[in-house]
Amino acid sequence: MKMPEPDGNVIAGRDALIAFLRGVVAEEGVIWSENELKAYECDGLTAYRQVPLAVVLPQDTRQVSEVLKICSAHGAKVVPRGAGTSLSGGAMPLADGVLLGLGKFNRILEIDYENRCAVVQPGVSNLAISDAVADADFYYAPDPSSQIVCTIGGNVAENSGGVHCLKYGVTTNNILGLEIVLMSGEVVRLGGKHLDTDGYDLMGVMTGSEGLLGVITEVTVRILKKPEVARAVLVGFADLEDGGRFVADVIGAGIIPGGMEMMDKTATHAAEAFCQAGYPMDAEALVIVELDGHATEVDHLIGQVEEIARLCGASSLRTSQSEDERLTFWSGRKAAFASIGRISPDYYCMDGTIPRRALPEVLRRMAQMSARFGLRVANVFHAGDGNLHPLILYDANQPGELEMAEEFGAEILKLCVEVGGVLTGEHGVGVEKRDLMGEMFSAADLEQQQRLKCAFDPEGSLNPGKVFPILHRCAELGRMHIHRGQVPFPDIERF
Amino acid sequence: MSETFRPSDADQVLETVAWAVAEEQPLEIRGAGSKQNLGRPMADCRVLDLSALTGLTYYEPGELVLAAWAGTPLSVIEAELSENGQRLAFEPADYGRILGNVAGQATIGGLVACNISGPRRVQVGAARDHCLGVSGVSGRGEAFKSGGRVIKNVTGYDLSKLMTGSYGTLAALTEVTFKVLPVPEKTRTVLIFGHGEAEGIAVLSQASASALEPSGLAHLPAVAAARSSVGYVAKAGASVTAIRVEGPGPSVEARCRSLRGLFGGTGRTEELHGHNSGTLWREIADVTLLGSSDGSLWRLSVPPSTASGVVSAVEAQLPLSCRVEVLFDWAGGLIWLDVTGAENAAHDVIRGVIRDEGGHATLIRASVDVRRAVPVFQPPEPGLAALNARVKQGFDPRGIFNPGRMSTDY
Repeated sequence: MKMPEPDGNVIAGRDALIAFLRGVVAEEGVIWSENELKAYECDGLTAYRQVPLAVVLPQDTRQVSEVLKICSAHGAKVVPRGAGTSLSGGAMPLADGVLLGLGKFNRILEIDYENRCAVVQPGVSNLAISDAVADADFYYAPDPSSQIVCTIGGNVAENSGGVHCLKYGVTTNNILGLEIVLMSGEVVRLGGKHLDTDGYDLMGVMTGSEGLLGVITEVTVRILKKPEVARAVLVGFADLEDGGRFVADVIGAGIIPGGMEMMDKTATHAAEAFCQAGYPMDAEALVIVELDGHATEVDHLIGQVEEIARLCGASSLRTSQSEDERLTFWSGRKAAFASIGRISPDYYCMDGTIPRRALPEVLRRMAQMSARFGLRVANVFHAGDGNLHPLILYDANQPGELEMAEEFGAEILKLCVEVGGVLTGEHGVGVEKRDLMGEMFSAADLEQQQRLKCAFDPEGSLNPGKVFPILHRCAELGRMHIHRGQVPFPDIERF
Repeated sequence: MSETFRPSDADQVLETVAWAVAEEQPLEIRGAGSKQNLGRPMADCRVLDLSALTGLTYYEPGELVLAAWAGTPLSVIEAELSENGQRLAFEPADYGRILGNVAGQATIGGLVACNISGPRRVQVGAARDHCLGVSGVSGRGEAFKSGGRVIKNVTGYDLSKLMTGSYGTLAALTEVTFKVLPVPEKTRTVLIFGHGEAEGIAVLSQASASALEPSGLAHLPAVAAARSSVGYVAKAGASVTAIRVEGPGPSVEARCRSLRGLFGGTGRTEELHGHNSGTLWREIADVTLLGSSDGSLWRLSVPPSTASGVVSAVEAQLPLSCRVEVLFDWAGGLIWLDVTGAENAAHDVIRGVIRDEGGHATLIRASVDVRRAVPVFQPPEPGLAALNARVKQGFDPRGIFNPGRMSTDY
């Protein structure tokens, strides 16, 4: 992966930069020794590593602002980082860049039940928010599988999802306000505790901007009352196509499940070996449908889902009769990635989204690719929202296998786009999918996106080398190519 | 009347805009013109009429996704969805009537430009939450797209959100894509009569914080309730607090019982079934229960707990000669204020109160002179205003699109 050429002058001026940073952030908040920096050399995408120029761990908004001003003045790049769980290399450091860790922003500032929201610092973990409001039977809806460690700031930066997205939305649908600091050091507040904000929806573009627009220093999230009850149906199918039809028919019946997950046989077997969840070993497709809400509604819909499963030729069908049983159904799915780790030395997790109806075709063609590359693949599918996670199994100790896995992954993502889907549903573009952006967007599309970045970060210092395959200077992007003097459009209706 | 261009497809939109950019000729972007009177008045300029760009470009009910050309009438989209038992769940409101036009004209592009959502916004999100993708032409005369045709997508910046609510000041949209959802089997509305504003909102807040999943939470003071065409509401002779639930039959019936059990002790209750319920929420969404047709109409988005305080504070500061009518939606998070007899729509009072309590005030309806004299949209802090101006610069550096519609600066 080619990153922007490091600026030798910035690297040469490292000592002076560190001295300035230490003037703002207390002693242990600036890290520059080789050994300690090593801990930050990668995020969840471990294939790419780079030791940062320095790490700085500010603890309040003023310090973040000062740090960004200093970095701007020194021409140093800045890479923001939450818990470092990005699977796309969003927090991968740069040789001439300061890594800005938000780990000390770990406080929940306010819980406001009256307005059904909580104000939290960006370093608070996703699950900690739900835990903090659990006593009152509230929760924060988006639940990425890394929710124990991943931070809400990172969730906003990546617009994280989880298994309940179809019914409850992703991060962007569940936040009300943000405080951000621009690369210039300027602090801007967006939204608040109210629902809609007039003016440009900059909170909307900040969400999912992968740390390229501003540093998030405070988040106001919506909290919801927990559903009265949740029950799950575990359905096996001997044929993948039947499983696909079942998912379509549930949606077609007007049912929006709280969660609807599918696993293929490889993933099911791995999960069963790991968790003993009682999954049917003969199923080619295993689907978990969870219904949540009012008890009467859940019971009613469970009956409908069971009926649809039978009509679709389910080879096995179980409905949770207790909370324990429901959690057991989920235990295998939740541990799916970890369980793959037990059957293969390494795996590479992909993240495309496809129209649901294309699932059988995509799985068929992936099986062909799998044979061609000689690498196994297991599939976990957020069937409710079309988000597909193929896990490519490989062994990094075998020369060439990582490269092969990456090539396989790129082909899968191109296939997702070809069938009408997108490159990434929830993991972000980062460095991982950066060079595939041209599969989905024209040069003009990408340049227009970068003009938005110019409005926030005119020097392009914040997390460069991520998301966009080709970097342009803002002056170049701002240039207009005007063709004057043409006779306008004789064929357009005018009056 | 100014010259109007009416391109028939996206290529012709591109051609028209490219010409306007080259000649530095500003364009007013218009769909059906139903919300033409919303926003700051613009100087007279040529009109880019997108009403010929009509028709669905993609609709897969099984995928819950629909795409259409920007000029497609909302009524066409809603009819097509309804045939398939689906809908735009954020409940698009029709501002045609309150803005002095006829109802039923709005286009899907105009809906995106103004980010208009109805009562169900509290449960399922706003128009911006349901917009999955956009295609359009920037003020640089270049075609671009963002987003996609799937529900979950984080590939690149979410420009669909930026376009939603930008009032046509950043790009001329040619095509938009939406998430759609199934229409539930049954709808009912529980009415509780006779609450004061603060009590009514407390009831709504409690319902909103329950596990009963209400999809509409409004409080109508007696004056507004009396204007409803639903007999149970109009003849109540009292204020009406309305809570809507939707879903499968048995669930709706059970949740209505729970709501009446929870709040029956606080006032007399009644239940509206399908048709009446639909009419009432249409009236609330389209703001047709407020009295004047010539007063100034404000839409306030506030933290719900501050709602009754905001209204009392405004009423206390207005001169006695002013008449104010009010309607609360979104469990108090949305306040409609109809003000007559105030100078400059009482903008200084209203914005002052909002400054203290947090939130936003938008002047939805006022005379041309008033909209020219006072900011229609909530004036942003200086840092945010500068950032907004730079965003505008990135999309429309020559200020071709809807100049002055949102702000004097862009």
